[in-house]
Amino acid sequence: MYRKKVISAIAAAATLGMLVAGCANQTAPSGTETSGGGSRVNIPAISKVDVPAGAVLPAGDGKGTCPSTTTLAYAGAETGPNAQLGINIFNGIQLAINQHNAANPGCQVQFKKFDTEGDPNKATGPVTQIVSEPDIIGVVGLPFSGESKATGNIFEQKGLVHITPSATNPSLTKNGWTTFFRALGNDAVQGPAAAKFLTDKLQAKKVYLVQDDSDYGIGLGTTTSAALGSAMVGSDKVVTGQKDFSAVISKIMNSKADTVYYAGYYAEGAPFDQQLVAKGFTGSFVGPDGVKDDQFIKLAGDASSNAYFTCPCIPGELIPSFESEYKKLANAEPGTYSIEGYDAVTVLLSGIDKGKQSRADLLSWVKSYDADGLSKHYKWDSTGELATPDVYGYKVENGKIVPIGVIGK
Amino acid sequence: MISEVIPTLLHSVPVDDTWITFDVNSFTQNFWSSTFDGLTFGAIYALVALGYTLVYGVLNLINFAHSEVFITGCYGVFFTLSALNFGPSAPRLGFWAIVGNLILALVVAIIASALMAVIVERVAYKPLRQRKAPRLAFLITAIGVSFAIQYTIYWWRGPSPEAALTMFRPLAIFDVFGTIVDSQQVVIIVAAVILMIATDQFIRRSRTGRGIRAVAQDPDTATLMGVNKEKIIVTTFIIGGILAGAAALFYVMKIPSGVQYNGGFILGVKAFAAAVLGGIGNVRGALLGGLLIGLIGNYGQVLLGSSQWTDVVAFVVLVLVLIVRPEGVLGSSLGKSKA
Repeated sequence: MYRKKVISAIAAAATLGMLVAGCANQTAPSGTETSGGGSRVNIPAISKVDVPAGAVLPAGDGKGTCPSTTTLAYAGAETGPNAQLGINIFNGIQLAINQHNAANPGCQVQFKKFDTEGDPNKATGPVTQIVSEPDIIGVVGLPFSGESKATGNIFEQKGLVHITPSATNPSLTKNGWTTFFRALGNDAVQGPAAAKFLTDKLQAKKVYLVQDDSDYGIGLGTTTSAALGSAMVGSDKVVTGQKDFSAVISKIMNSKADTVYYAGYYAEGAPFDQQLVAKGFTGSFVGPDGVKDDQFIKLAGDASSNAYFTCPCIPGELIPSFESEYKKLANAEPGTYSIEGYDAVTVLLSGIDKGKQSRADLLSWVKSYDADGLSKHYKWDSTGELATPDVYGYKVENGKIVPIGVIGK
Repeated sequence: MISEVIPTLLHSVPVDDTWITFDVNSFTQNFWSSTFDGLTFGAIYALVALGYTLVYGVLNLINFAHSEVFITGCYGVFFTLSALNFGPSAPRLGFWAIVGNLILALVVAIIASALMAVIVERVAYKPLRQRKAPRLAFLITAIGVSFAIQYTIYWWRGPSPEAALTMFRPLAIFDVFGTIVDSQQVVIIVAAVILMIATDQFIRRSRTGRGIRAVAQDPDTATLMGVNKEKIIVTTFIIGGILAGAAALFYVMKIPSGVQYNGGFILGVKAFAAAVLGGIGNVRGALLGGLLIGLIGNYGQVLLGSSQWTDVVAFVVLVLVLIVRPEGVLGSSLGKSKA
């Protein structure tokens, strides 16, 4: 009786072996399941960006004085599936605070971090804690749109100014909040810029749009699909935490799409692209700022070489002074939104140095702020939106994300 | 022509503009691909479902920690293949090298899962059994153990999924009505079915299998007849663990980035649903239930046009089937002769 089991086991192993046959030695995609995509357009990388000459830097004039309790906070993901996006930001903030404190012996600003895991359901706790600490007079965060939406009212009630370095859902500035400021362009800018990038620069004829179920993904999916018009051959939705994309992928294959635009974060985007390429998709995969991170390449492997990104973020790694200092601090290249985090906290720090050391003073300082930062000019309208933000394109080249220039305003 | 017109008509009359639409067009287009993917997932569910069914048959206990037995196997696969330099990109290895590595990973996963199953049994269930605890106590312990293992892994590996592991690049094997069936799907389905047939035969024909059926039917009489009940229980947990370990290899093969602390939870719930759908305690029912849950979920997802629907459809169908057949499609009967 045991022999039977052994025989079956051997049979199972043999079958397993037989069927993997021919899959090995295969390094190129099997040509049987083809998509409409053919030759991929080559867009060269850029190697420098213009930095505003009179950019405000965290060091200031070195004469700032403030009480030793003065505290700024970061609220956002430190852990969680998309933690890397948050880590990029608070390292940028930490760098600015270090530079400020080194240059201003009379004003040592404290910096506190609060972890939300990037999850709207978990974010209200840490944010409630922040607003109840009177020493915290300004906040950089929250990075993601869903958690920003969930917590905006808490900040508003306590009159605590907060600048998001990365939340891009357009509706965030339509809540009547007076304490919310956005240090980058929103998805009403990114969506159309992405659509133009797809159809013009990448020469996509058939775009398949996939969005996740986050506020960010839905918002960006909506603005992008509206701008794509007839170039969009289909669309589908995936859910946060989804691991298997085979159903979406068969639809994409059947639609003969040459390009896929994924509105969401890298935690789902990376396995999606990986499975897409494994099924023989030969076109381009384009993702927004939520996908643009080295983690995407790490999780997707070789498949990521077909990826492009759109992002209302400035390539901080091309600003030499910032890049070298950041590297010293974080032991890594600046990531997506590192420089936006740096610039956002610089706005707050320059206010503190000018004596704006209460929540109300700092809030009105940000409201009337009108100066250059390292990445761009900062001047907000009454809703908390910037005037003319840039959207950049990026691509994956030799396993690294490199900028390919401004793709829209 | 007709086949094009009808879906268009249906599509233009959505039940609700914003949240529910029946995309018949997409369903007909993607019917075969969702069938093969559904069967692939179904095969994996079925292997895990066997673990629930066997333990239930013998102990009348729903071992909620079985999803953690499964995820332990996934980590076994992950660590083995990572150590062998597998990563997100397809390995550039010869055929036999890949087969050898996968078999090694399979063995490690089976050992890891079986070991975890035995530990769970020893730590969580045996002491309760010896003290004649009420059945509710077992249920709560099962859920407790499940969470304890899950969050031990969380504490150890963090919340993020592990990097993807591509075992081999799927190769087209044959073509069914214009849909490619690839080597990955065939490997998973064929190997899973062989394992299930082997399990079924083992329980029907071997001496140990007879012991399992005897204990399932009437533990006290079985003991009087000279069956070592404790040994049979441990064996049952080990068989469940072995099958979960095999399922782990296939799961990671299908979903390269699926290794995560809570990665077993939903799969476990679905496998349990599969066991109930087929008839809990029934070995063949687990196979049927697994394939059904896999297929129905995938069809629902394509028909309703979004991945958000997979689980909704699968579980609604489960409820409907149970209303009509409370015992499951094949009825629950490990002890009876038909199993």
